[in-house]
Amino acid sequence: MIQAIAFYLFAVVVIVSGALTISSRNPVHSVMWLILAFFNAAGLMVLVGAEFIAMLLVIVYVGAVAVLFLFVVMMLDIDFTQLRAGVARYAGIGLAIAVALAAEVMIALGAWSAGKIDLTRRAAPLDPTVPNIQAIGNLLYTRYVFIFEAAGFVLLVAMIGAIVLTHRERGGSRYQNIARQNARRPQDATRNVQPPIGQGVQL
Amino acid sequence: MIGLIHYLVVAAVLFTMGVLGIFVNRKNLIVILMAIELILLAVNINLVAFSAYLGDLVGQVFAMFVLAVAAGESAIGLAILVIYFRGRGTIAVDDVNRMKG
Repeated sequence: MIQAIAFYLFAVVVIVSGALTISSRNPVHSVMWLILAFFNAAGLMVLVGAEFIAMLLVIVYVGAVAVLFLFVVMMLDIDFTQLRAGVARYAGIGLAIAVALAAEVMIALGAWSAGKIDLTRRAAPLDPTVPNIQAIGNLLYTRYVFIFEAAGFVLLVAMIGAIVLTHRERGGSRYQNIARQNARRPQDATRNVQPPIGQGVQL
Repeated sequence: MIGLIHYLVVAAVLFTMGVLGIFVNRKNLIVILMAIELILLAVNINLVAFSAYLGDLVGQVFAMFVLAVAAGESAIGLAILVIYFRGRGTIAVDDVNRMKG
Protein backbone atom coordinates (compact mmCIF):
# COMPACT_ATOMS: atom_id res chain seq x y z
CA MET A 1 0.00 0.00 0.00
CA ILE A 2 2.66 2.46 1.04
CA GLN A 3 4.67 1.39 -1.98
CA ALA A 4 1.72 2.16 -4.28
CA ILE A 5 1.27 5.61 -2.72
CA ALA A 6 4.98 6.35 -3.09
CA PHE A 7 4.96 5.11 -6.67
CA TYR A 8 2.02 7.27 -7.69
CA LEU A 9 3.48 10.29 -5.91
CA PHE A 10 6.84 9.94 -7.66
CA ALA A 11 5.26 9.10 -11.02
CA VAL A 12 2.90 12.06 -11.00
CA VAL A 13 5.62 14.47 -9.91
CA VAL A 14 8.08 13.18 -12.51
CA ILE A 15 5.53 13.55 -15.32
CA VAL A 16 4.32 16.98 -14.20
CA SER A 17 7.85 18.30 -13.80
CA GLY A 18 8.79 16.85 -17.18
CA ALA A 19 5.87 18.71 -18.74
CA LEU A 20 6.90 21.92 -17.01
CA THR A 21 10.51 21.42 -18.15
CA ILE A 22 9.52 21.62 -21.78
CA SER A 23 6.88 24.32 -21.35
CA SER A 24 8.50 26.86 -19.02
CA ARG A 25 9.09 30.32 -20.39
CA ASN A 26 12.31 30.78 -18.48
CA PRO A 27 15.08 28.21 -19.11
CA VAL A 28 16.28 28.59 -15.51
CA HIS A 29 12.88 27.34 -14.36
CA SER A 30 13.20 24.55 -16.92
CA VAL A 31 16.45 23.44 -15.31
CA MET A 32 14.82 23.51 -11.87
CA TRP A 33 11.94 21.34 -13.09
CA LEU A 34 14.46 19.00 -14.70
CA ILE A 35 16.20 18.62 -11.34
CA LEU A 36 12.86 17.80 -9.70
CA ALA A 37 12.11 15.25 -12.42
CA PHE A 38 15.45 13.56 -11.85
CA PHE A 39 14.97 13.48 -8.08
CA ASN A 40 11.61 11.79 -8.46
CA ALA A 41 12.93 9.35 -11.06
CA ALA A 42 15.59 8.44 -8.50
CA GLY A 43 12.75 7.83 -6.05
CA LEU A 44 11.07 5.53 -8.56
CA MET A 45 14.30 3.58 -8.92
CA VAL A 46 14.74 3.26 -5.16
CA LEU A 47 11.26 1.74 -4.99
CA VAL A 48 12.34 -1.24 -7.10
CA GLY A 49 15.60 -1.66 -5.24
CA ALA A 50 18.06 -0.03 -7.63
CA GLU A 51 19.73 2.19 -5.06
CA PHE A 52 23.02 2.58 -6.89
CA ILE A 53 21.47 3.93 -10.11
CA ALA A 54 19.22 6.21 -8.05
CA MET A 55 22.14 7.73 -6.17
CA LEU A 56 24.11 8.00 -9.41
CA LEU A 57 21.20 9.88 -10.96
CA VAL A 58 21.11 12.35 -8.08
CA ILE A 59 24.87 12.84 -7.99
CA VAL A 60 25.54 13.00 -11.72
CA TYR A 61 22.46 14.91 -12.84
CA VAL A 62 21.67 17.19 -9.93
CA GLY A 63 25.29 17.63 -9.02
CA ALA A 64 26.88 18.03 -12.42
CA VAL A 65 24.64 18.18 -15.46
CA ALA A 66 21.97 20.47 -14.01
CA VAL A 67 24.63 22.84 -12.70
CA LEU A 68 26.24 22.78 -16.16
CA PHE A 69 22.91 23.72 -17.71
CA LEU A 70 22.37 26.51 -15.17
CA PHE A 71 25.88 27.78 -15.79
CA VAL A 72 25.36 27.97 -19.55
CA VAL A 73 21.88 29.51 -19.25
CA MET A 74 23.17 32.21 -16.97
CA MET A 75 26.45 32.77 -18.81
CA LEU A 76 24.93 33.43 -22.22
CA ASP A 77 23.06 36.66 -22.62
CA ILE A 78 20.08 35.40 -24.58
CA ASP A 79 16.76 37.05 -25.28
CA PHE A 80 14.48 34.17 -24.36
CA THR A 81 11.20 35.88 -25.14
CA GLN A 82 12.23 36.10 -28.78
CA LEU A 83 13.05 32.38 -28.80
CA ARG A 84 9.54 31.56 -27.62
CA ALA A 85 8.02 33.27 -30.64
CA GLY A 86 7.51 30.23 -32.86
CA VAL A 87 6.01 27.96 -30.21
CA ALA A 88 2.41 28.19 -31.37
CA ARG A 89 3.43 27.38 -34.92
CA TYR A 90 4.96 24.03 -34.04
CA ALA A 91 2.69 23.12 -31.13
CA GLY A 92 0.00 21.56 -33.31
CA ILE A 93 2.20 19.21 -35.30
CA GLY A 94 4.36 18.45 -32.26
CA LEU A 95 1.30 17.53 -30.21
CA ALA A 96 -0.05 15.36 -33.03
CA ILE A 97 3.23 13.47 -33.30
CA ALA A 98 3.50 13.12 -29.53
CA VAL A 99 -0.04 11.74 -29.24
CA ALA A 100 0.61 9.31 -32.09
CA LEU A 101 3.85 8.16 -30.48
CA ALA A 102 2.21 7.75 -27.07
CA ALA A 103 -0.65 5.77 -28.60
CA GLU A 104 1.81 3.52 -30.42
CA VAL A 105 3.80 2.86 -27.27
CA MET A 106 0.64 2.15 -25.26
CA ILE A 107 -0.59 -0.30 -27.91
CA ALA A 108 2.82 -1.98 -27.88
CA LEU A 109 2.70 -2.21 -24.07
CA GLY A 110 -0.79 -3.71 -24.22
CA ALA A 111 0.40 -6.32 -26.67
CA TRP A 112 3.65 -7.01 -24.82
CA SER A 113 4.21 -10.26 -23.03
CA ALA A 114 7.37 -12.10 -22.10
CA GLY A 115 6.93 -14.37 -25.11
CA LYS A 116 8.49 -17.72 -25.56
CA ILE A 117 11.91 -16.81 -24.19
CA ASP A 118 12.78 -18.97 -21.26
CA LEU A 119 12.48 -16.50 -18.41
CA THR A 120 14.38 -18.67 -15.99
CA ARG A 121 17.59 -17.89 -17.85
CA ARG A 122 19.34 -14.81 -16.52
CA ALA A 123 22.55 -13.12 -17.59
CA ALA A 124 23.18 -12.01 -14.00
CA PRO A 125 20.43 -13.14 -11.62
CA LEU A 126 19.48 -10.88 -8.73
CA ASP A 127 20.56 -12.30 -5.40
CA PRO A 128 18.42 -10.84 -2.58
CA THR A 129 21.11 -11.51 0.00
CA VAL A 130 23.74 -9.36 -1.75
CA PRO A 131 23.33 -5.57 -1.49
CA ASN A 132 22.60 -3.77 -4.74
CA ILE A 133 25.83 -1.74 -4.84
CA GLN A 134 27.97 -4.80 -4.11
CA ALA A 135 26.23 -6.85 -6.78
CA ILE A 136 26.69 -4.11 -9.39
CA GLY A 137 30.33 -3.75 -8.42
CA ASN A 138 30.88 -7.47 -8.78
CA LEU A 139 29.37 -7.41 -12.23
CA LEU A 140 30.90 -4.15 -13.40
CA TYR A 141 34.51 -4.93 -12.53
CA THR A 142 34.50 -8.48 -13.88
CA ARG A 143 32.24 -9.19 -16.83
CA TYR A 144 31.69 -5.64 -18.02
CA VAL A 145 35.11 -4.21 -17.23
CA PHE A 146 35.94 -3.40 -20.86
CA ILE A 147 32.63 -1.65 -21.43
CA PHE A 148 33.27 0.18 -18.18
CA GLU A 149 36.64 1.36 -19.48
CA ALA A 150 34.99 2.38 -22.73
CA ALA A 151 32.51 4.49 -20.76
CA GLY A 152 35.47 6.14 -19.06
CA PHE A 153 36.97 6.90 -22.46
CA VAL A 154 33.68 8.39 -23.61
CA LEU A 155 33.74 10.74 -20.64
CA LEU A 156 37.42 11.60 -21.23
CA VAL A 157 36.77 12.41 -24.88
CA ALA A 158 33.75 14.49 -23.90
CA MET A 159 35.81 16.44 -21.39
CA ILE A 160 38.70 17.10 -23.79
CA GLY A 161 36.25 17.97 -26.56
CA ALA A 162 34.37 20.45 -24.41
CA ILE A 163 37.62 22.11 -23.33
CA VAL A 164 38.99 22.29 -26.88
CA LEU A 165 35.72 23.66 -28.25
CA THR A 166 35.23 26.41 -25.72
CA HIS A 167 38.84 27.40 -25.14
CA ARG A 168 39.90 30.70 -26.64
CA GLU A 169 43.07 32.73 -26.52
CA ARG A 170 42.69 35.97 -24.69
CA GLY A 171 44.85 38.97 -25.58
CA GLY A 172 45.96 40.05 -22.14
CA SER A 173 46.90 36.67 -20.71
CA ARG A 174 50.48 36.02 -19.59
CA TYR A 175 51.33 32.41 -20.28
CA GLN A 176 54.47 30.54 -19.34
CA ASN A 177 57.12 30.88 -22.07
CA ILE A 178 59.34 27.86 -21.57
CA ALA A 179 61.90 28.71 -24.29
CA ARG A 180 62.43 32.15 -22.81
CA GLN A 181 62.75 30.72 -19.34
CA ASN A 182 65.41 28.25 -20.49
CA ALA A 183 67.34 30.90 -22.42
CA ARG A 184 67.60 33.16 -19.41
CA ARG A 185 71.10 33.34 -17.90
CA PRO A 186 72.03 34.33 -14.36
CA GLN A 187 74.27 37.19 -15.47
CA ASP A 188 71.37 38.79 -17.36
CA ALA A 189 69.02 38.45 -14.47
CA THR A 190 70.97 39.38 -11.38
CA ARG A 191 73.55 42.02 -10.54
CA ASN A 192 75.84 42.29 -7.58
CA VAL A 193 75.82 45.75 -6.04
CA GLN A 194 77.25 47.10 -2.85
CA PRO A 195 75.20 50.20 -2.16
CA PRO A 196 76.72 52.85 0.04
CA ILE A 197 74.92 53.34 3.28
CA GLY A 198 72.16 55.92 3.15
CA GLN A 199 72.03 56.31 -0.64
CA GLY A 200 69.74 53.54 -1.87
CA VAL A 201 69.99 51.46 -5.02
CA GLN A 202 69.56 52.49 -8.63
CA LEU A 203 67.46 49.95 -10.50
CA MET B 1 0.26 -3.73 -6.46
CA ILE B 2 2.74 -1.89 -8.62
CA GLY B 3 3.90 -3.98 -11.56
CA LEU B 4 6.26 -3.64 -14.45
CA ILE B 5 3.57 -2.16 -16.67
CA HIS B 6 3.18 0.88 -14.38
CA TYR B 7 6.83 1.72 -14.78
CA LEU B 8 6.66 1.22 -18.52
CA VAL B 9 3.71 3.60 -18.79
CA VAL B 10 5.54 6.29 -16.78
CA ALA B 11 8.63 5.89 -18.96
CA ALA B 12 6.52 6.01 -22.14
CA VAL B 13 4.81 9.24 -21.06
CA LEU B 14 8.16 10.76 -20.15
CA PHE B 15 9.66 9.72 -23.49
CA THR B 16 6.75 11.25 -25.38
CA MET B 17 7.16 14.42 -23.39
CA GLY B 18 10.80 14.62 -24.42
CA VAL B 19 9.89 14.23 -28.08
CA LEU B 20 7.19 16.87 -27.73
CA GLY B 21 9.72 19.17 -26.08
CA ILE B 22 12.00 18.91 -29.10
CA PHE B 23 9.12 19.87 -31.38
CA VAL B 24 7.69 22.67 -29.26
CA ASN B 25 10.98 24.41 -28.48
CA ARG B 26 12.21 24.45 -32.03
CA LYS B 27 14.29 27.57 -31.49
CA ASN B 28 15.69 27.13 -28.01
CA LEU B 29 18.67 24.79 -28.15
CA ILE B 30 19.05 24.62 -24.35
CA VAL B 31 15.53 23.29 -23.83
CA ILE B 32 16.07 20.82 -26.69
CA LEU B 33 19.08 19.44 -24.82
CA MET B 34 16.95 19.19 -21.69
CA ALA B 35 14.29 17.31 -23.67
CA ILE B 36 16.97 14.85 -24.79
CA GLU B 37 17.89 14.39 -21.12
CA LEU B 38 14.23 13.58 -20.41
CA ILE B 39 14.22 10.98 -23.19
CA LEU B 40 17.34 9.34 -21.79
CA LEU B 41 15.80 9.40 -18.32
CA ALA B 42 12.79 7.52 -19.68
CA VAL B 43 15.13 4.95 -21.20
CA ASN B 44 16.88 4.56 -17.86
CA ILE B 45 13.58 4.05 -16.04
CA ASN B 46 12.71 1.32 -18.53
CA LEU B 47 16.08 -0.41 -18.11
CA VAL B 48 15.90 -0.33 -14.32
CA ALA B 49 12.28 -1.47 -14.22
CA PHE B 50 12.95 -4.43 -16.49
CA SER B 51 16.06 -5.25 -14.50
CA ALA B 52 14.14 -5.28 -11.23
CA TYR B 53 11.06 -7.14 -12.39
CA LEU B 54 12.84 -9.76 -14.48
CA GLY B 55 15.42 -10.31 -11.74
CA ASP B 56 18.45 -9.59 -13.91
CA LEU B 57 21.12 -7.14 -12.85
CA VAL B 58 22.51 -6.37 -16.30
CA GLY B 59 19.83 -3.74 -16.93
CA GLN B 60 21.16 -1.60 -14.11
CA VAL B 61 24.72 -1.89 -15.41
CA PHE B 62 23.58 -0.71 -18.82
CA ALA B 63 21.55 2.10 -17.23
CA MET B 64 24.86 3.29 -15.83
CA PHE B 65 26.45 3.31 -19.27
CA VAL B 66 23.48 5.25 -20.65
CA LEU B 67 24.02 7.73 -17.83
CA ALA B 68 27.70 8.15 -18.73
CA VAL B 69 26.92 8.71 -22.40
CA ALA B 70 24.16 11.18 -21.49
CA ALA B 71 26.54 13.18 -19.31
CA GLY B 72 29.14 13.33 -22.09
CA GLU B 73 26.52 14.24 -24.65
CA SER B 74 25.19 17.15 -22.61
CA ALA B 75 28.71 18.44 -21.97
CA ILE B 76 29.58 18.39 -25.67
CA GLY B 77 26.18 19.81 -26.61
CA LEU B 78 26.54 22.73 -24.25
CA ALA B 79 30.10 23.37 -25.47
CA ILE B 80 28.85 23.53 -29.06
CA LEU B 81 26.04 25.79 -27.89
CA VAL B 82 28.53 28.15 -26.26
CA ILE B 83 30.74 28.49 -29.34
CA TYR B 84 27.68 28.79 -31.56
CA PHE B 85 26.41 31.63 -29.41
CA ARG B 86 29.83 33.25 -29.46
CA GLY B 87 29.86 33.27 -33.23
CA ARG B 88 26.26 34.16 -33.97
CA GLY B 89 24.90 35.96 -30.92
CA THR B 90 21.81 33.77 -30.85
CA ILE B 91 20.98 30.14 -30.14
CA ALA B 92 18.01 29.82 -32.50
CA VAL B 93 18.29 26.47 -34.25
CA ASP B 94 16.19 27.66 -37.16
CA ASP B 95 19.04 29.41 -38.91
CA VAL B 96 21.83 26.89 -38.46
CA ASN B 97 22.91 27.02 -42.08
CA ARG B 98 26.48 28.18 -41.72
CA MET B 99 27.82 25.05 -43.40
CA LYS B 100 25.47 25.31 -46.34
CA GLY B 101 27.72 25.79 -49.36
